Formats: sequence, structure tokens, C-alpha cells
Amino acid sequence: MERVPILKIGPTLFVSIQIDLQDESVLALQEDLAERLVATGAHGVIIDITAVEIVDSFIGRMLTVIGSISRLFDAETVIVGMRPAVAITLTELGLSLSGVRTALNAEKGLEILNGKS
Amino acid sequence: MDELPVRSGDDVVRVRQHVRNAAAAGGLSLVDQTKLVTAASELARNTLVYGGGGVARVEAVKSPAGRSGVKLEFTDEGPGIPDIDLALTDGWTSGSGLGLGLSGARRLVDEFELTSKPGEGTSVTVVKWSRLTSRCLPRPRATSAGCG
Repeated sequence: MERVPILKIGPTLFVSIQIDLQDESVLALQEDLAERLVATGAHGVIIDITAVEIVDSFIGRMLTVIGSISRLFDAETVIVGMRPAVAITLTELGLSLSGVRTALNAEKGLEILNGKS
Repeated sequence: MDELPVRSGDDVVRVRQHVRNAAAAGGLSLVDQTKLVTAASELARNTLVYGGGGVARVEAVKSPAGRSGVKLEFTDEGPGIPDIDLALTDGWTSGSGLGLGLSGARRLVDEFELTSKPGEGTSVTVVKWSRLTSRCLPRPRATSAGCG
């Protein structure tokens, strides 16, 4: 199983998913992220899914769960870079990713976390 | 027709990649490729988690009208589904999921058939058709009018 790396940049944790996600990798990311939030006291998480070709119901649910967990550690999560085809498919699947914020790209995601919008 | 095992999380990823290639080769648009691969991911997970593993078959098909498409079949020899109508209801789940797997996969494809017998296993067959007829598939220097 491949793991998704988590980078700390200032007060923000940055996760860029560059692998073909299997369920175990998503579960590992959830645990790793919770640990890093506690260890760093970060106040924001950016999850970049530019390279993610599909988000199915499991991955979508896990993204929502990651948002909820982060909130318990006083951090806000922004999902950035969703492909148009993924957005269309997610909606048809019946998932809205309620509870997490989204932004077009990492730059706009950072603006949200920095309170500029 | 290609047959792939569905026995692990790695296998699910391989099935997705295989379906992606077949969908692109079948002339499906990027959105339709994404829908089919997402449906494949849901169905492969069901085969693995609820069916205890099985096989996925991926096949290029052609409609009588000349449209190309991709047919997927997921088969397991697991416990089967006692109430198919219930299993296809949005939000109903026998496990810990959201209950969008089967019903969501059905919405993402053009044809959907589920057969299941308690104690004998489950088979799900889906087809996604290209919205272009074969003469409209991209060709070098093709300028045919009327083909989206």
C-alpha cells in the first residue's frame, strides 16, 4: 500500500494526492493527518486532488470524514483542484462533500484558510 | 474480453485502470470514462467487501446502431443479496458505507443488470455507450460535421 505524504508549510498541512487511491491508502491518510494535526497544531489542511481521476463513494466519504476530524483539532480543510469530470460524477453519484470547503486551486484554498475570502 | 481478479485493494485499482483504458479505447468522452471508472470502483469494492472477492470482466461491445461501448461484469460467489430492490435503494447499506455504491453505480451507467441468489453469489453487468457513433470517433484530420 502506498502512503500519501503530508507537508507542513507554515500553519498549514498540505496533502497532494498523486497516487491511484485504494481504500487502505485513504484510511492511512486519515490517521496520518490526525497525528500530524496534533503534532503540529496546524490550523488548516489543503488536500489537492488535481491528479485524482475518480472519487467514488468511499473516497468521497473519507474526504468528508477528514474534514470532520480536522475540525475537532481546530483546523479547517479545503479540497482543491477537483476535475470537472469528477465533480459531475460525484454529483450524479449523490455525494455533495458537505462539511468540507472546496476551492478551484491551491492558491485560492490558501486564501480561504488565511481568511481573505 | 479481459478477465481480472478482484481479491485485494490493489486489484480494485488495477480494475479501475483497465476500465479507464477500455473506456478511452471505446471512444467514451472524458466525463463518461470517469463515470464508468467510478461505477467500476463501486462494483469492484462490493465484489471484494461483500462478495468475498471474485472476478471482473471487461469487454468492448457494439450496439446494433453502431455505437461502441464498454461492458463490465462483476461476479462473486459470496452470500448473495436477499432483497435486491432494497440493496438498490439510495442510502440502504448492509455495512458501514453510505449505501450509495450500488444505486450510485446504476445511475452512472446506461445499462445495469443485477442477478443474485442467496448462498450462491452475485453478478452485476453494466454497459456504458459512447455518445458518438463509430464514424464520429476521432480520426486524423477528421472534420465530419454533426459529430459532437
